[in-house]
Amino acid sequence: MPVTTTPQGTPIWRLRTTRAQWLGYLAWLGGISLFLLCWKVISDNTMWVFVEDAGRQGSDLVSRMLPPQWSYAQRLWKPMWDTLNIATLGTLLGIAMAFPVAFLAARNTSPHPLVRSAALVIIVSSRSINSLIWAMLLVTILGPGVLAGIIAIALRSIGFVGKLLYEAIEEIHPTPVEAISATGASRMQVLNYGVLPQVLPAFAGISVYRWDINIRESTVLGLVGAGGIGLQLNAAINSLAWSQVSVIFLMIFATVLVSEWISARVRHAII
Amino acid sequence: MLTLSNLCKRYPTGDLALTDIDLTLPRGQVLALIGPSGAGKSTLIRCVNRLVEPTSGSVTLGGVELTRLSGRRLREARRAMAMIFQEYALVDRLTVMENVLSGRLGYVGFWRSFLRRYPQEVVAEAFHLLERVGLPHAIDKRADALSGGQRQRVGIARALLQRPELLLVDEPTASLDPKTSRQIMRLIRELCAEHELAAIINIHDVLLARQFADRIVGLRAGRIVFDGRPEELDADILTTIYGEEEWDTQSEAASSQEPESPARPLHQPLTAVAAGGVR
Amino acid sequence: MTREQLARVGRWQRLPRIADARLRWLLIGGAVIYLVLALASVQVNWARVAEGMGRGLNFLAAFAQPDFVSRRGDILDGLLESLTMTLTSTVIGVALAIPVGLGAARNIAPLSVYLVCRGIITVSRTFQEVIIAILFVVMFGFGPLAGMITLAFATIGFMAKLLAEDIEDLDWRQVEAVRATGANWWQVMNHAVQPQVMPRLIGLSMYRLDINFRESAVIGIVGAGGIGATLNTSIGRYEYDTSAAILLIIIAIVLLCEYSSSHVRRWTQ
Repeated sequence: MPVTTTPQGTPIWRLRTTRAQWLGYLAWLGGISLFLLCWKVISDNTMWVFVEDAGRQGSDLVSRMLPPQWSYAQRLWKPMWDTLNIATLGTLLGIAMAFPVAFLAARNTSPHPLVRSAALVIIVSSRSINSLIWAMLLVTILGPGVLAGIIAIALRSIGFVGKLLYEAIEEIHPTPVEAISATGASRMQVLNYGVLPQVLPAFAGISVYRWDINIRESTVLGLVGAGGIGLQLNAAINSLAWSQVSVIFLMIFATVLVSEWISARVRHAII
Repeated sequence: MLTLSNLCKRYPTGDLALTDIDLTLPRGQVLALIGPSGAGKSTLIRCVNRLVEPTSGSVTLGGVELTRLSGRRLREARRAMAMIFQEYALVDRLTVMENVLSGRLGYVGFWRSFLRRYPQEVVAEAFHLLERVGLPHAIDKRADALSGGQRQRVGIARALLQRPELLLVDEPTASLDPKTSRQIMRLIRELCAEHELAAIINIHDVLLARQFADRIVGLRAGRIVFDGRPEELDADILTTIYGEEEWDTQSEAASSQEPESPARPLHQPLTAVAAGGVR
Repeated sequence: MTREQLARVGRWQRLPRIADARLRWLLIGGAVIYLVLALASVQVNWARVAEGMGRGLNFLAAFAQPDFVSRRGDILDGLLESLTMTLTSTVIGVALAIPVGLGAARNIAPLSVYLVCRGIITVSRTFQEVIIAILFVVMFGFGPLAGMITLAFATIGFMAKLLAEDIEDLDWRQVEAVRATGANWWQVMNHAVQPQVMPRLIGLSMYRLDINFRESAVIGIVGAGGIGATLNTSIGRYEYDTSAAILLIIIAIVLLCEYSSSHVRRWTQ
């Protein structure tokens, strides 16, 4: 705590030194100017006429959405089932691939630093690219449909599950692992007896958490043709059938809430 | 049976943990290794089963040179040396029976151990050992549901299921109360006699060492400074091992007051596992 | 015979994870039936897949020689938009998330405020960013403004929820200590709550910055500006070398974000 002395000789306490204070001001100034610069770029690219109209557009949208066309819900059961399958099968496929990758990526279980880097590259690429982008690519490769959606979800899940799982593996208690190795167990046996029991709860929790996120993600995959309720959403928006759009929204809202509740319950039960 | 010669260990940080250790342990002898924290006791026994790689020197067990073994041969050598740990080192989320059976991992194939299909005689032996250490009722309990003394008994049963010739015991009593400590030491001593095992026991408590060991080796700063019978241990020798202290007045207090638990933290850096464990 | 007596003669099996046998078989049976039904409902046009495999190989090959040059202008414009959207939306979103987060913490907010704030959080978290972007594009027109508002809205839900959870399990003794000095509500917030949640708030903001950048790459698909539009066009035209270039840039920026945020987090702690 810096203390300065006034010309009269009384000491004054201040939170920061003068230098630190100036540096702080400078950082704020830099941050604010960067923000304003970014804002200017955005505002240059915006048609402000439309924005002034936003309120009217918004209320117009709401009035078209209401009341929802309830009869349309009858036709949504099949797409909703597809969405659920995309999320669930995609998660299963994703965690099956993420499991070995995580063990290769964790510092204490990786067989070789080169293998570890390769595993980390897989995890980072999978994490950086949104499932919707994976879906766009896969639709051009595999054709439109649920399969592209499942694989897109799986590819995105590898990175998420892989990262959290390898961090959990790196945090395990090392002495049981030491004890199992001291019995003359092989590498795989050490993983099975020493490491796996310690990370299994974390693994189950992470997988259920990702499943819950995947439900949310799979609702939009249809926008690029990868199956599920997104296809109906796309069609309804393109035909400006807003009263159908609101039914779809409510459906998604309910599904996501239920899946989040299930996921929270399961994770609570595990821990 | 076990011979260490010219054993040295220098850690990558540059610390010299062991210097020129020469030691021969005949069959059936119980040796207590005493010395201040950081003297290299843990490093020494970990160099024997190569959880820590020695820098130079040799370790032979029953005529086999251990320092140059790798892979399968090292695992076979490790089966003959069972280790008992200070913090018990049980796998918390496995049951007591699974923990004991893990002592046989070096003998069974991966799928057998994965499916927990151990040969009938191994299970019977494991149960017998659990009876011997007084825990036959606990086979289906999870390891983290046991008390400290009970866990150490499970650790001992696991070690014996390995059918070892040599026990490496690392501070078996440092986390236990004085009464349990004595019970555990007595149990180890009895089992060594029953199975004709040699043992190296790292221990802080000089009184326990004097009472339960055949031979005492004092380690200070990585060198052997005393090697003799328990009766030979007197105040002068304790001073050479631990440094100046009024040893005569302390001897009564020592049995009821545990010395500071050794400086081996619960969470070791994970690099230690990478170097000696899963690799 | 009991398990102990069986074990004595060497017969022992691992305890099943679910003790109740009926429940166990019900769960296993249910899972199998679901898998069969789900897999049966996946229709695959194998002829189309075989045809697409060639394109798949082209795409993988494109990663070996990504083309940064031929659409340089488009990539740069998209990237600039994405980055500006990311930064402004994170700043605005975090600023708005703080009051919402305070309101959604049960231990410092009255019930009515709590319910309203939790409602905002739920709506913001339930809908995928792309869906929200569709609505904002309709309201505000095409372009980065709609994208920015979308990301800011999503940021509010994310940050406010975590902030509220943080505040709910903060160390209450410190709050009481400050309150005991006679401090008013603002002073309590400033001296007791802020110091406890600030490091995590900064860490989470950095994390959200990273997420917002990744999301900014997809909301362009529905017309909300950013690099996503460029990517969408290039994939649509089968210009895989350009798509590969864009994806590599995205990965590089995410890596950079993660690297710098780990530094910032170490610095704040």
